Amino acid sequence: MSRTWLLLLGAAATVGFAAIVLVGIPQVMLVRIAAPPELAAYTDLEARGRAVYIANGCVYCHSQQLRDPAFTTDVELGWGGRATVPADYAYDRPHLLGTMRTGPDLINVGERLPSESWHLIHLYNPRALVPWSIMPSFPYLFEEREPGDVRPGDVVVPVQTPYAPAGRVVVATQDARALVAYLLSLRRTYPVPAADTGAARGMSRMP
Amino acid sequence: MSRQDATIPFRGDVEIRLRADASSRAPALVFFSTALVWLLFGSIEGTLASLKLHMPELLTSAGWLTFGRVRTAHLNAVNYGWASLASIGVALWIIPRLVHTELRWPRVATAGAVVWNVGLVIGIALILAGRNDGLEWLEMDRYLADPFLVVGGGMAGVTLLATLLARQAGHLYVTVWYTIAAFLWFPVIFVIGNWPTWTGVESAAVNWFYAHNALGLWFTPMGVGAAYYFIPKVLGRPVYSYQLSILGFWTLAFFYALNGMHHLIGGPIPTWMITTSVVASVLMVIPVLAVAVNHHMTMVGRFGALRYSPTLRFVVLGAIAYTAVSLQGSFTSLREVNRVTHFTHWTVAHAHVGVYAFVTMVLFGSMYYIVPRLVRREWPSARLIQWHFWLVLAGIALYIIPLTIAGGFQGLAMLDPAVPFQRSVEVTLWALVSRSVAGVLLTAGHAVFAYHFWLMVRRRGPTREVPPFHEPVPVVYERPEAHA
Repeated sequence: MSRTWLLLLGAAATVGFAAIVLVGIPQVMLVRIAAPPELAAYTDLEARGRAVYIANGCVYCHSQQLRDPAFTTDVELGWGGRATVPADYAYDRPHLLGTMRTGPDLINVGERLPSESWHLIHLYNPRALVPWSIMPSFPYLFEEREPGDVRPGDVVVPVQTPYAPAGRVVVATQDARALVAYLLSLRRTYPVPAADTGAARGMSRMP
Repeated sequence: MSRQDATIPFRGDVEIRLRADASSRAPALVFFSTALVWLLFGSIEGTLASLKLHMPELLTSAGWLTFGRVRTAHLNAVNYGWASLASIGVALWIIPRLVHTELRWPRVATAGAVVWNVGLVIGIALILAGRNDGLEWLEMDRYLADPFLVVGGGMAGVTLLATLLARQAGHLYVTVWYTIAAFLWFPVIFVIGNWPTWTGVESAAVNWFYAHNALGLWFTPMGVGAAYYFIPKVLGRPVYSYQLSILGFWTLAFFYALNGMHHLIGGPIPTWMITTSVVASVLMVIPVLAVAVNHHMTMVGRFGALRYSPTLRFVVLGAIAYTAVSLQGSFTSLREVNRVTHFTHWTVAHAHVGVYAFVTMVLFGSMYYIVPRLVRREWPSARLIQWHFWLVLAGIALYIIPLTIAGGFQGLAMLDPAVPFQRSVEVTLWALVSRSVAGVLLTAGHAVFAYHFWLMVRRRGPTREVPPFHEPVPVVYERPEAHA
């Protein structure tokens, strides 16, 4: 080849074609998918928790998607009642579908583990509840205070010895409480939305 | 023909090369130096992230030390710092050489390196401080950091385009196609990926459209292009087939751009999108085999040269890794394979075969060839080159092989509803430890190389008459009379 214009135009054409197929056309199709009535938009606290989730990179070990039972055992594993569909993510910007399961999937964690104090203890030190866990501890999302220093409205985390700091109590920060509020909001327990079934029929199934 | 006449074209050829080398000296050295700083930083962050996966209580006191941020700083530092900056440095040297003229506006390219680095410092500092865009491979802040990369990369790209338009060579060698196309592709995919309006599953589709193309349309053409230059160059032998190189380039351009959705197999996006990407991923076998035949057939019968040329050693290793990682990628995109390997360390290992064993090895080899021509002296130490090579080879082997195997077992454990999730964690632990050892070896190898580079540009260390591994070895002749 010796023509610069052929190279530049050809290269632009290939990437342009791919952008139309994988970005342009889906955008036109997916923009019409409405949020299901059972799915609430994030509250301010949950949205803040979602930001904490992003800031600390939870997505690098936890997915938020269940694949079709015809294809995998995601549902049989107890992570949720059905495969997730596009409408389940109508409020998500950015998406947090994830690509790793170093830890379990979280799209229904609010249903599976509905206790706020369980999550707070687990975030403070996962091994206090799950001895074999390799998840990091997040002590910086908590304050360690003198027992006399607890104010009304503080959420004291019931951490057991030996994981509790000696002679001090663990108090959740607003970030920790927001993160747990977000985790508890993760539940896709309603049936596949009607708006999604037609389009989704071909969407989450193997051909 | 007199002796004088015979040498004229030869002398002209050398002069063109000397002028081309001199023109790209300053920008290429700035890109290489800053790339190496990011390589060292990224290696330390990567090793720390690896340690944290089997020592979860290590350094948990502050947010900037948590796994999710350290891992992300690693990814951005090695991809946008090391691999991108070093690739641009290689391109700034290689294009003037191939089009037989000086680099145009070299100061613009140098300034581009500064701009790009400013964006990286801002982006990675914000990631560590807990502010990122939440999309894998696109974590750096789309308003405060990413524009610097577009402008900085654009400044380097403009100098290359101006050089190309002022070319003295009639024919454009295959390396030119790959390199120039990469400079056109990267800003397009980077802007699409960072566009702030994508929501829901469309955000996921665009995320992986970008992230796969960052490999396929940015690092891969840079790496394949460099290998296309250095293997024939060092061997002094033409590339095996010109027709194959054309086929390889255009099929790569067409198929690779469509690959991204194989990262979402089984996920909640339209099945036809995933199927499109699976088909394109399998069709990638065509460009990969075209490039493989060209690289490896050029090499066949000349493997002895690996002993004398560190450039060839690293680049050929990288070219072999390219063939391997691409075929592995096509295989992994098959649904029956992907249902096991998706969400496991198999993918992490695969990414490192691509960006490390392929791209990084090619970049090391390229720098071993280019830097002596920029600073006009030979590498001072053969021993440091040996240490660098064997440390990174051992390191990457210890990274990839255990983690690939463990990822397979992890996936099988996760597919079996009768097996508790705990098992899928435990079967990976040995490989996670091995990966940390690998991280230490790789970091040590990078420190050796960075030190050697520093000796080069600061003109320290012994001055050599001949390149390392080319020292004349005294030969003892037996006198013929002795046999008589």
